[in-house]
Amino acid sequence: MDMDLRNLQGYAHIFMSGFLVIMLYWYIIHLYRSEKKGERDYEKYGNIALDDEVTSTPVEDKRASEREYKEENK
Amino acid sequence: MQSNAALEYDYSLAKKFTFLTILFGILGMLVGTLIAAQMAFPELNYLLGEYGTFSRLRPIHTNTVIFGFTVSGIFATWFYLGQRVLKVSIAESKFLMVIGNIQFWLYFVGALAATISLLFGVSSSKEYAQYEWPFDIVVVIVWVLWGVGMMGLIGIRREKALYISVWYYLACFLGIAMLYLFNNMAIPTYFATEGLGSILNSVSMYSGTNDALVQWWYGHNAVAFGFTVPIVGMIYYFLPKESGQAIYSYKLSLLSFWGLMFVYLWAGSHHLLWSTVPDWMQTMGSAFSIVLILPSWGSAINMLLTMKGEWNQLTDNPLIKFMVLASTFYMLSTIEGPIQAIRSVNAIAHFTDWIPGHVHDGTLGWVTFMIMAAIFHMAPRMFKREIYSRKLMEAQFWLQTTAVVLYFTSMWIAGITQGMMWRAVDEYGNLMYSFIDTVTVLHPYYAIRALSGVMYFIGFLMFAWNIYKTMTAGKELTQEPQFRTPMA
Repeated sequence: MDMDLRNLQGYAHIFMSGFLVIMLYWYIIHLYRSEKKGERDYEKYGNIALDDEVTSTPVEDKRASEREYKEENK
Repeated sequence: MQSNAALEYDYSLAKKFTFLTILFGILGMLVGTLIAAQMAFPELNYLLGEYGTFSRLRPIHTNTVIFGFTVSGIFATWFYLGQRVLKVSIAESKFLMVIGNIQFWLYFVGALAATISLLFGVSSSKEYAQYEWPFDIVVVIVWVLWGVGMMGLIGIRREKALYISVWYYLACFLGIAMLYLFNNMAIPTYFATEGLGSILNSVSMYSGTNDALVQWWYGHNAVAFGFTVPIVGMIYYFLPKESGQAIYSYKLSLLSFWGLMFVYLWAGSHHLLWSTVPDWMQTMGSAFSIVLILPSWGSAINMLLTMKGEWNQLTDNPLIKFMVLASTFYMLSTIEGPIQAIRSVNAIAHFTDWIPGHVHDGTLGWVTFMIMAAIFHMAPRMFKREIYSRKLMEAQFWLQTTAVVLYFTSMWIAGITQGMMWRAVDEYGNLMYSFIDTVTVLHPYYAIRALSGVMYFIGFLMFAWNIYKTMTAGKELTQEPQFRTPMA
């Protein structure tokens, strides 16, 4: 078969699409599995919009976790 | 950056961009209404000499509503909700305030100058990308400034997790940056013709089919990253906040986000069905357009389910009505688009009025409704006053909803009639109708569209008036409302 550039582009595209579809499905599994295992609670992030005063306690405090990280790596 | 008790969100930039949203909204929609009327009554082309013709005004309408109205709305809402979901005040960084203000003034002056340039016929003649190269450079600088401001704010945030809306604004920033740069690659004709051409007027760096492909990759994704992504970002913040209900499924919002990112970029070639573009690319455009229903409906259904158990708010609170209608129109246009992208349907729909019909149920019903709802929600927080009139808001809602319905139904009928008439042949294979036959038949539908334009525009003026009165005469609030927007 004649493998000119256009054909190659076509095959590359099919491969990429398949690869990305697998990635996307893997992502769904990853989301549910990590919640089931108790590693992450994704639904709590919905509260970021509801409790959004500048003085509100962050759902996950970035500055506190940075401080912890520094302490751990002293 | 010290935390202190008096720390407050700074809405000065959000306010400035809100004013621009309203200003460009009035300008863009006024011109849109005028050109809709010109389609029905051609004498209206001769009101202002060359400056009043359809061909001069049409790019002003499209570019002003996209790059003026919508982009201002995106900036205004970003400078409002960006701070809130990151739990950091932009005023905590002098640098970010300066960058934001430079962005505002450069954008304001640049957008006005670009609009005037179109009035004078300075145009690169690529749809939705008509601005000539000097204005493109201004757009790029404004966009980079926004990016710096956005990344800067994210850098100093207190909230570690980026709320889903922030992801959408980031995607809007990156997507438009990439599309705008590639599609607007051009050379002034002066350099392409050894000095015979002009410095201001340019030609595309691509040619023929490639140019068309790049153009529609841009055109379609301008819809994706300008009219869809940031608007979804808005509704993911404003609907939960206004209703007091967290997003129905945060996981679904993440999945829809990545689905949208993955699929949208491939769908642009459906604008070039039945053209000289390679066949597999056309098929790909069609296939990806149909797959696109999934992430789009994923977001829309997520929004509607957010209201689960709280549907009484739909009757109690007109702002919820605006947002629920917006997500319903989002569902309508994201099912209509894929239908039009099916080859056999496209054979009838291509080049007909069904296409602007589709565009407008998206832009009027989804984009504009959501931006107006966002401004209604922000106004009492920014100006510390109640919304001036609930009755006016209700009247505006029904007037504009009727207008959108009239717009898209008239264009559906006009488009399908047009498509069928163009294709009709007699028993010998001769075309049955000449072009003017279609124009005669379509006249009443064009008149209905012009009427719907007038109605929608009046509704927008009611909105502008309500916001103006809120700022100046609304009842003062002592405390910032937590969820539901207070209105008189």
